[in-house]
Amino acid sequence: MSGRWKAHSVLPGFGLTLGYTVVYLSLIVLIPLAALFAKSATMGWAEFWQAVTAPRVVASYKLTFGASFVAAAVNIVFGFITAWVLVRYRFPGKRVIDGMVDLPFALPTAVSGIALTTIYSQNGWIGQYLEPLGIKTAFSPLGICIALTFIGLPFVVRTLQPALADLDKELEEAAASLGATRWKTFLRVLLPPLVPPILTGFALAFARAIGEYGSVVFISGNMPMRTEITSLLIITKLEQYDYAGATAIAAVMLVASFALLLLINLLQWWSVRRYQGGVA
Amino acid sequence: MAGQITSSMGVAAPRIKAATSEPWWVRLALTGLAILFLASFLMVPLLAVFTEALRKGIQAYFESFREPAAFSAIKLTLLVAGISVPLNLIFGLAASWALAKFQFRGRSVLITLIDLPFAVSPVISGLVYVLLFGLQGWLGPWLSDRDIQIIFAVPGIVLATIFVTFPFVARELIPLMQEQGTEDEQAALTLGASGWQTFWRVTLPNVKWALLYGVILCNARAMGEFGAVSVVSGHIRGKTNTLPLHVEILYNEYNFVAAFAVASLLTLLALVTLVLKAIVEKRAHAASAA
Repeated sequence: MSGRWKAHSVLPGFGLTLGYTVVYLSLIVLIPLAALFAKSATMGWAEFWQAVTAPRVVASYKLTFGASFVAAAVNIVFGFITAWVLVRYRFPGKRVIDGMVDLPFALPTAVSGIALTTIYSQNGWIGQYLEPLGIKTAFSPLGICIALTFIGLPFVVRTLQPALADLDKELEEAAASLGATRWKTFLRVLLPPLVPPILTGFALAFARAIGEYGSVVFISGNMPMRTEITSLLIITKLEQYDYAGATAIAAVMLVASFALLLLINLLQWWSVRRYQGGVA
Repeated sequence: MAGQITSSMGVAAPRIKAATSEPWWVRLALTGLAILFLASFLMVPLLAVFTEALRKGIQAYFESFREPAAFSAIKLTLLVAGISVPLNLIFGLAASWALAKFQFRGRSVLITLIDLPFAVSPVISGLVYVLLFGLQGWLGPWLSDRDIQIIFAVPGIVLATIFVTFPFVARELIPLMQEQGTEDEQAALTLGASGWQTFWRVTLPNVKWALLYGVILCNARAMGEFGAVSVVSGHIRGKTNTLPLHVEILYNEYNFVAAFAVASLLTLLALVTLVLKAIVEKRAHAASAA
């Protein structure tokens, strides 16, 4: 049991808990995910390629990845300001605001979806002012961006907050005492160590957005080629009993998600290394 | 001397502060911008849910829950969360014990694999079970010969919910238990406690706030999951509709008051989750500081 692969320990229960972990993980997660790849492998290459590159599918990738990118970029700007204000300034109601940041994470996506649709539709609280300006939000790509920004916000803020709190105050003081302006200190001293967490936050929000379904389906209008996201297309294919088509598209999206997961892990590793390197 | 030092520090302190902070108008502008953004982006949807739900008065609001379909959706949601949360809790405890208290090869790979469901789109989380248990799936024919229905039935909804909430408890516990090390447990064992006693009396009390935090998040997601459940449920009214699916049906039927009334229930759940989360975070912070 205590072979070379495991360090010796006096604590009991290793075999039982590890065994349970591996079995449960395999049954719930690994085997079902493997089934998806196995299923797409049973398709011929030509059939698979045709399924994942059909014009309607490609249009959905463009929309999904494009809107996710825009949403993550918006979140970086406003998420940074939010995290900055929450970490550095004091103002009344700060605790409530801080708690509210997690709302998109806690609110079921279907609820976010119908609430956002109602607000941004042409008679809605915000939509009625945008409509006369010629800005159509609900049932357009802009609406999708809004929904994806909504659900991505906590990922950016919660990634940036600890990084901002960890910033070394002495470096700032040194920069100020050496005559740097506040703006210069921000750009040259404060911002560089924040680049890895900013990128991590961006990747987390982006990764969440490309798989999102519930908050988008209501506001998007779901017009093929125009406002149909990939997640919805998978469901449409399933409802038409096109299991092979749905599986092939899902396999593509899954590979994209795993690549992003890898990127996020690399970014976090870089972030830790860079931070520790700076301290040493 | 002492007085001199304090007075000179008293003069210097505000200057340092001014040098490492922004002018008042920048602070005001940034704070205002952040609050405006969060208010318009987070508070307005929240208000919209309750406004729409109460649009036709309080009576119509409560009428929405009287419907048998709403009632069965509430029951199913509680059932699904009641099964999936305890299962993931047991898994989280087992996984964190094995992964945080022991060092072995392949440990970090396992930790990454546990987080995998967070990276998978909800729709795909549902789809994988359709491919396994659906009529055209790998086990479909075998199951249908034996009259066992998993997809478009409650077991499928439970499985999909377990999948999407899989990492919540484990990922809260593993880093904390790793940080706490094994000294407490070793001491308990040396003093003659059994393995179970050590776990119940030493390990569990040490991680109780993180555990509660994980369970709260797991439960919120279990009750609110939409995409994954939508794929496996089949949307059979009164039978396989959870609360979020019931919201969708009502909304698509243009029954907005009822849709938002049911949504307000889920919103209250989210708000309770946020409040509990804040309380638990404060307690955990106090416990770690003590």
